[in-house]
This record gives sequence, C-alpha cells and structure tokens, in this order.
Amino acid sequence: MDELKRVPIKEQEPVERIHNFDEVCLGYTPDEAAKEAQRCLQCKNAPCVKGCPVEVKIPEFIQLIKEYKFKESYFKILETNLLPAICGRVCPQETQCEQNCVRGIKGEPIAIGKLERFVADWFRQNCKFEFSKPQPNGRKVAIIGSGPAGLSCASSLAKMGYEVTIFEAFHKPGGVLYYGIPEFRLPKEVVEWEIENLKKMGVEFRTNMIFGKTFDLEDLKQEGFDAVFISSGAGLPNFLNIEGELLNGIYSANEFLTRINLMKAYKFPEYDTPIKLGKKVGVIGGGNVAMDAARVARRLGSEVYILYRRTEAEMPARKEEIAHAKEEGIKIVELVSPVRFIGDESGHVRALELVKMKLSDPDNSGRRGVKPVDGSNFVFEADNFIVAIGQSPNPLVKKAIPELELNSNGSIKVDENLMTNIEGIFAGGDIVTGAATVILAMGMGKRAAQSIDRYLNLKKHKNL
Amino acid sequence: MNEIFIKQNLAPNVWLMGIYSPLVAKKAKPGQFVILRVTQNGERIPLTIADFDNEKGIVYIIFQVVGKTTSLLSQLNPGDRVIDFVGPLGMPYEHSPEDKDYLFIAGGLGIPAIFSKIKMLHSQGKNIDIIIGGRSKENIFFENELKKYCNNLYISTNDGSYGKKGFVTDILNELLESGKRYDEIFAVGPVPMMKAVVDITKRFSIKTLVSLNPIMVDGTGMCGGCRVKIGNEVKFACVDGPIFNGFEVDFDGLLKRNSYYQDLENISYKEHKCKIGLGE
Ligand SMILES: Cc1cc2nc3c(=O)[nH]c(=O)nc-3n(C[C@H](O)[C@H](O)[C@H](O)COP(=O)(O)OP(=O)(O)OC[C@H]3O[C@@H](n4cnc5c(N)ncnc54)[C@H](O)[C@@H]3O)c2cc1C
Ligand SMILES: Cc1cc2nc3c(=O)[nH]c(=O)nc-3n(C[C@H](O)[C@H](O)[C@H](O)COP(=O)(O)OP(=O)(O)OC[C@H]3O[C@@H](n4cnc5c(N)ncnc54)[C@H](O)[C@@H]3O)c2cc1C
Ligand code: SF4
Ligand code: SF4
Ligand code: FES
Repeated sequence: MDELKRVPIKEQEPVERIHNFDEVCLGYTPDEAAKEAQRCLQCKNAPCVKGCPVEVKIPEFIQLIKEYKFKESYFKILETNLLPAICGRVCPQETQCEQNCVRGIKGEPIAIGKLERFVADWFRQNCKFEFSKPQPNGRKVAIIGSGPAGLSCASSLAKMGYEVTIFEAFHKPGGVLYYGIPEFRLPKEVVEWEIENLKKMGVEFRTNMIFGKTFDLEDLKQEGFDAVFISSGAGLPNFLNIEGELLNGIYSANEFLTRINLMKAYKFPEYDTPIKLGKKVGVIGGGNVAMDAARVARRLGSEVYILYRRTEAEMPARKEEIAHAKEEGIKIVELVSPVRFIGDESGHVRALELVKMKLSDPDNSGRRGVKPVDGSNFVFEADNFIVAIGQSPNPLVKKAIPELELNSNGSIKVDENLMTNIEGIFAGGDIVTGAATVILAMGMGKRAAQSIDRYLNLKKHKNL
Repeated sequence: MNEIFIKQNLAPNVWLMGIYSPLVAKKAKPGQFVILRVTQNGERIPLTIADFDNEKGIVYIIFQVVGKTTSLLSQLNPGDRVIDFVGPLGMPYEHSPEDKDYLFIAGGLGIPAIFSKIKMLHSQGKNIDIIIGGRSKENIFFENELKKYCNNLYISTNDGSYGKKGFVTDILNELLESGKRYDEIFAVGPVPMMKAVVDITKRFSIKTLVSLNPIMVDGTGMCGGCRVKIGNEVKFACVDGPIFNGFEVDFDGLLKRNSYYQDLENISYKEHKCKIGLGE
C-alpha cells in the first residue's frame, strides 16, 4: 500500500448523483477506516490538534480506530466535539486539522474528517444513545436558535444538570444544518438523530417561536429562566443592490436553499412548495453557499455557471465542494462582477451584465485585490440567477432588545466569556462572528455553556 | 395549541376561523399576520390576523380558497389543528394621534386586513368611513360587523347586484370630488386596486397606506423572497411591512413577482382537487 496516499473513499458517480439528492460520499467501511488510521504517525506534539478549533483528540481517536474500538473512539471525539457526524462532513478540514497533518508534508494528509464521520456513523448505526441524567441543579437556561451553536450549548448545559429550552423560529430545528446545507452533503437524518438525542437528554424544543415577535426577554424572565444564550445565526441575505434585482427568477441563496431543504421543493408536487428553474442558471458567489446552490440547481436538471469576482484559487468554499461541483459539470466563470440584471416584458430575468475583473498585485497582507477592467462589459444570458454573496446578522434580535450592544457590522458584541453588555445574556455562533463555520459555532456554544455555569455559580455565591 | 375553535362560512369560498394560539393572541397588534402550515408536506402561507382575543387566546383569520393550502385549511373543522401557526409577524399598524378622519378601502379579501385596525381606531373615537367592494352581492361579507365601527359604509359590486355598480375606486373618486377629505386613507386588496386607489389619492395629496401581500416563505427576513421596491429602497415586506406608504410602492413590480409561481401552484391545486374528487 502507498503510504503517501489516502485510502480512497467511495462516492456516488457524478453522472448518477446529478439525478438524485442522496449523499455524495458513501463513507469508509470498518476495514477501510482502520487501514486509513494505520497511516497516522501518532505524532507526539500532534500539530493536527492545533488546527482544530475545538482540539479534537485526533491521534487518540485514530489509534482507537486502528484497534477497531469504534465505540471508544466515538466517545474520545465526543470529549471535545459534540457533533462529529456533522463536522466530519462539513468542516473545512483542508484549512484546519488536515492542513497541519505531518503526513501532508510529503503526501496526502490523514483523512481526519472522513475518519471522524466514519466513527460517528458507525456509532449511530450500531449503538444506542444512552444518557444518565445528572442531578438537576434547579436552574433554567433559554437558548434562542437551534443551529450548531444552540445545539452544543444545550448539550453541555444538560450534562451539567440544567433545564434547557431551545426556542426556534422555524417549524424544524437545526438551523443552517437543516435549511441551508443540502441533503447530498449532510443527510437530514444525521441532524435529526442529534436532535433526538438532545431530547432524550431532557432538552425541550419549542418550534415556531420567534424571539422579538412571539416572545421577548420579559416573557423569559417571567418563566424563570436564569440565563439566555442567543444563537440566532446570520440569517439576513445580502443582495447586490444593482438594477433589476427584483425581477422574477432571481433567488437569494437562502430562499432557494430553504425552499429545497426545509420545504422539500425538489419533491414538488408531493410537497406543496414550488421551485422554478430554467435550463441555464448563474450562481453569483464563491463560498460554500454558492457551491451548495449550484449543485442543487444541477440536480434539478439545469446547466449551471458559477460567476465569481476572483479566481478559483481564492474561492472561500471548501476545496472538496469545488471539486465535486466541477465533477458534476458545473462551470466556473472567473474574474467577473455583476453590473445589472436585464429582464423581459413579463418581469422575468433574461441576462446579467458582467464586467471583467483583473487581479492586482498582492497587498501587504498577501491578499490580491480585484478591480474592474474598463469597457470589458458583456452580457451573460440565463433563465435564473441565485445570489450567494453572504449573510448578515438578522436584525430581529436587536429590535427586540434595543439596549443590546452591536459591532459596526450588526453582529452582537460579547466579552471574553461570550456575555453581551446585558448581564445574564450570552451570545455565540454566526450572530457574533458573522457567517463562519459549523465547528466555530459549535465551539462557541460549548464555551458559552461553561461561562453561563460559572456566571450563575458566582451569582449564587454573591447572593449568599 | 393551534386548535380550531370556530369556523364560519362568510361567502362562497371565504371562511372565518378562530384558532387557539394564546402566545400569538397575547402579542398580536392590528396590522400583523401569521404564517401557518396545514399538513406535514405543506406550504407555509401568510394570513392576516383579522382579530384577536387575548383573554381567550384566540386568533381570527379570514381566508379565501384560492389554491391547495387554503383548500386544505377550509376542510378542517372545529377540534382539528393546524400543525404550525407562527406569529405575530410584521410591523404593527401605526397612526398619528392627531389624525381624526379615516377612510378604509377593502377590495376582495381586504377586509381581514382592515378589521382590527378599525376596531382599534373606533375605540379611540376616530371618525371612520369604509368602502368595501366585491364582484357580486354574494362576495360581500362582514357588512354588519363593519357597520358597528364606522360612520359610513359604502359598498360597490362590479355587476351592480348590491350597493353601487362599479369599483371601490369609483366611490372613492366621488367622495373626494365632492369635497370630502380624510387625514389618512388605508387601502388593501388586489394589487391593481391598491394601485388605482393611490393614483386617485395622489391627486388629492392625501396620505395613503397600503398593506402588501408578496409571496413569502419564512416571514422573518431570512429569505428575501418578499422583497418589494419602496421608493428607491428594497424592503422585505415580512419584517419592514406589510404596511407601506402607498405613494412609494412599485405596484407593477409586485404584481409581476406575485404571478411567478402561478402555473406550478395550479398543478398542485389541480392534483389535489383530483385526489379529493373535485377534478375536472
Ligand atoms: C448553504 C450553507 C452552507 C454552509 N456550508 C458550510 C460548510 O460546509 N462547513 C461549515 O463549517 N460551515 C458551513 N456553513 C456555515 C455554517 O452553517 C454556519 O456558520 C453555522 O450554521 C452557524 O451556526 P449558528 O448556530 O450560529 O446559526 P444557524 O445555523 O444560522 O442557526 C440559527 C438558528 O436560529 C434561528 N433564529 C433566528 N432568529 C431567531 C429568532 N428571532 N427567534 C428564534 N429563532 C431564531 C434560525 O431559524 C436558525 O435555526 C454553511 C452555511 C450555509 C448557509
Ligand atoms: C402578509 C399577507 C397577508 C395575507 N392575508 C390574507 C388574508 O387575510 N386572507 C387571505 O385569503 N389571503 C391572505 N393573503 C394571501 C394568502 O397568503 C394566499 O392566498 C395563500 O398563500 C394562497 O395559498 P394556496 O396554497 O391556497 O394557494 P397557492 O396555490 O399558493 O396560490 C394560488 C394563487 O394565489 C397566488 N398567490 C400565492 N401566494 C400569494 C400571495 N401571498 N398573495 C397573493 N397571491 C398569492 C398564486 O400565484 C396563485 O395564483 C395574505 C398574504 C400576505 C403576504
Ligand atoms: S472537528 Fe473539524 S477541524 Fe476538528 S478534527 Fe474534526 S474535522 Fe477536523
Ligand atoms: S499530524 Fe497527522 S499523522 Fe500526526 S497525529 Fe495528527 S493526524 Fe496523525
Ligand atoms: S418572507 Fe422571507 S424575507 Fe420575507
């Protein structure tokens, strides 16, 4: 066996998978996983661990895979990462744990993410989730938003004996894990399993509850909550603010993906929510959201083009997703920037005027800027466009708590303990960092749980 | 929760329902709406909070059967539940305390969107006139309920079978031409009607509010599907609205956006009608 190369992982063939929403990556078998684990050098200083935002005990869990002790391996990961089946699938490993892997110097880094998901999937399929309830400590915490930040905060608090209630605006919990990331990358079954476990741990989910509309801080106080964790995410879609953006046929990625993932529009008319997509689709943006939108559009039968301001090398999307998108026949048009949408009589979009961009020399930070090339405008025709140029924090929370301090970009300001300027109110995840990653959100949820515990202990101490 | 408490037929295909939702009833204010879902595979649809009873925890909706979801909803009976019922959404109706004379205009299914506002203003002693309109006599409903809260109720039907023959805008035009003045006019109904109202009130420079009904998904500002052009700005009707200054609304744009899914919705409705044996 070639030690420099990863044990290959089975994937659905591109020609096949563009016709379904089933998961692309089929995962390792136990033997394949053990074989890949063999490649790990068990480095003493384990640089891989430093690359992981929550410091998963990577050499340890991989050693256990080698020994076919999958259950033990799962619990080893769980010590620091509460959602391994999810992170193993969606973490940008190539810029985190795997970037630092010593194996990567000469050959391919260990497939840390793939091993992590293998262990978690194996556990889900072979073991029963068991939880021995700790002694209730009599304290109640309210969590607003059920994305990875909220879920991990809930899990940590429940383990400490807190009574936890998660309030979610939508009719389904999970946040972006449910309504944003598509089924073929993160099966909803995986998310639902995690949520079921939280329920078994005694966490209460209240869906259809919009903070600032259905309930407010005063209601939470009256219900006797001792602390609040706000993890409402970065839900506000950015638009380009150019001419023609209200034409029919132009979706925000949020709307497009919500219709598909949450409302299952790809199963219309079995499900009632419609989606409309023509033969040719342009997706504007270069992040994970743009890749997801493009790959969904491909699966709906369209010919898809990604229109990006810089070049593929600068795309913030995970490398694996870009590679998958290209295998699926999605074309990337580099160095173009939208100028205006052009519509027809009926108000439907027909084309997008683009201007070509050119890269400038790297600045001090090494990042290369782009600027438009004068007179290089051209028209790109398509039946639909999907705008995926980022999300900002949703202003609903701020409206509900006017005295809450924000940063200039609208995100919530927190101190080193993740507490906001209001005592007893904590925040974490995308609402604090701006659109970031699942693992960062999860890590913050866990940290917030520890801060909340410390804060409430101290408060009790002071009161005595 | 979400249990249907009362159901009443108001006109052909128009139903009133009282739904038990104490949380929504407690926070509801005139001008706001809810989003509901009837079945597990169902669509999320917005409906105006026509009235609410905080003490009993009941929210009243009035809806017209136009497609699959409203059809499914109309088949539920007292004791049944809707699976999701979320709200109150949107910004409440605001009025200036100095204003005294109000005219409300409701075309088609506009009545739910004016009813709670009228009740509130009436309780503050304001002068209220109302114009309602429909295709034919059978489409006119809530006449007696509205009468309790206004000075004058004017009715128009397109075919002349009841009230004045013509459109609500004909009555509006007459009132204003004859010298009648209002501090505020509030119009709600089909987009072309609201547009026609604004064309008239602009001539008389009377402040005019409208309540918009773009297609919505989440209702919390997350998808941008409900975006409308107001003046030079793009607003999300679900969080910034649904009430806007009528002089600033791009009605033509809204009309086009609202027709986007028509063909698919028809497929969905037809299939549904076939299943329940109403198909052609
Ligand atoms: C399409 C897409 C693809 C992505 N792909 C990746 C990826 O591959 N890898 C990766 O690491 N990251 C990815 N991300 C980013 C990642 O999903 C987010 O960083 C992460 O989900 C943030 O978690 P969160 O808990 O802060 O918020 P969210 O997941 O956004 O959850 C917030 C929740 O709060 C709810 N909420 C909002 N307002 C209210 C309110 N007022 N009251 C009650 N509830 C409310 C929302 O409905 C939502 O359920 C992707 C994001 C998107 C949109
Ligand atoms: C803020 C708001 C408040 C509303 N209040 C009421 C109300 O109090 N009573 C009431 O009867 N209706 C109201 N509506 C309209 C109502 O939401 C639609 O009638 C409903 O979504 C139709 O769902 P359906 O599945 O039965 O029909 P669909 O099959 O979805 O649609 C049937 C037809 O109606 C059109 N349509 C779909 N959605 C809308 C919409 N949002 N506005 C206008 N036309 C639409 C479709 O293009 C199609 O032609 C409101 C809409 C909004 C946005
Ligand atoms: S959580 Fe993410 S970054 Fe950390 S080890 Fe797992 S895949 Fe790597
Ligand atoms: S750096 Fe790579 S080889 Fe070394 S312990 Fe980590 S995963 Fe194993
Ligand atoms: S309905 Fe989604 S933003 Fe208004």
